[in-house]
Amino acid sequence: MPTARPLSPHLQIYRWQLTMVLSIIHRATGVALAAGTVLLIALLLALAAGPDAYQTVRAFCSSWLGMLMLFGWSWALCFHLCNGIRHLAWDTGWGFEIPRAYLTGWTVVGASLVMTALIWACVFAQGGAA
Amino acid sequence: MNTTDLQTPLKRARGLGSAKDGTHHFVVQRITALALVPLALWVIWLALALVRADYARAHTIVHQPCAAVLLTAFVIATFWHAQLGLQVVIEDYVNSRWLEVTAQLAVKFFCAVGALASVLAIVRIALG
Repeated sequence: MPTARPLSPHLQIYRWQLTMVLSIIHRATGVALAAGTVLLIALLLALAAGPDAYQTVRAFCSSWLGMLMLFGWSWALCFHLCNGIRHLAWDTGWGFEIPRAYLTGWTVVGASLVMTALIWACVFAQGGAA
Repeated sequence: MNTTDLQTPLKRARGLGSAKDGTHHFVVQRITALALVPLALWVIWLALALVRADYARAHTIVHQPCAAVLLTAFVIATFWHAQLGLQVVIEDYVNSRWLEVTAQLAVKFFCAVGALASVLAIVRIALG
């Protein structure tokens, strides 16, 4: 809507900071995970439908595209989960001090990467998603 | 507070603000988030159990009553939480009114159908 009134500054004005980046990533991973529910639906419907349908979904999951998507979604889930807990802590009023917001922010980044690594270590320890 | 306003503070609080639903959206988003913390961790564990499972094994795992119940809870909380989150993203970024309404409806229908299809699939697996 065109208007002569001044607009509040947006992303191109502010210096990039961890807290804003994590906020953006939280939204982005949320949207990505919502899109990822399509695979969840497909998997459940296939498991309900029978062996042939299930095998088709499994074959897709173990293709390089499927693996790439699963890898992305696994990290998105870990990040959204960890940062979601950070948000829930904020909802109780805890952790708004700037140093603490940075500390918990970096903790979320580290924890999401470690969790993702552990998940895929478990996958490959079982001999891969084949 | 406007002294000429005849509404009591309680009425104002119940007046539910500009969105007309007060804190309901916020509260439900938090409740589903809280539920999804343990459920998501359990689903990761379940997914790892399914990595090497063939159809029969996967069916047996999800067929268990405990797994079926938790998976149903996960699916409902997930689609509910996703709808609430996507709703806010659309409210924030889609400026065209028609596009916004269309997107909001599409998200609601997708999440409703997704949840129904998933739950019915789980029921079929659990009873099959």
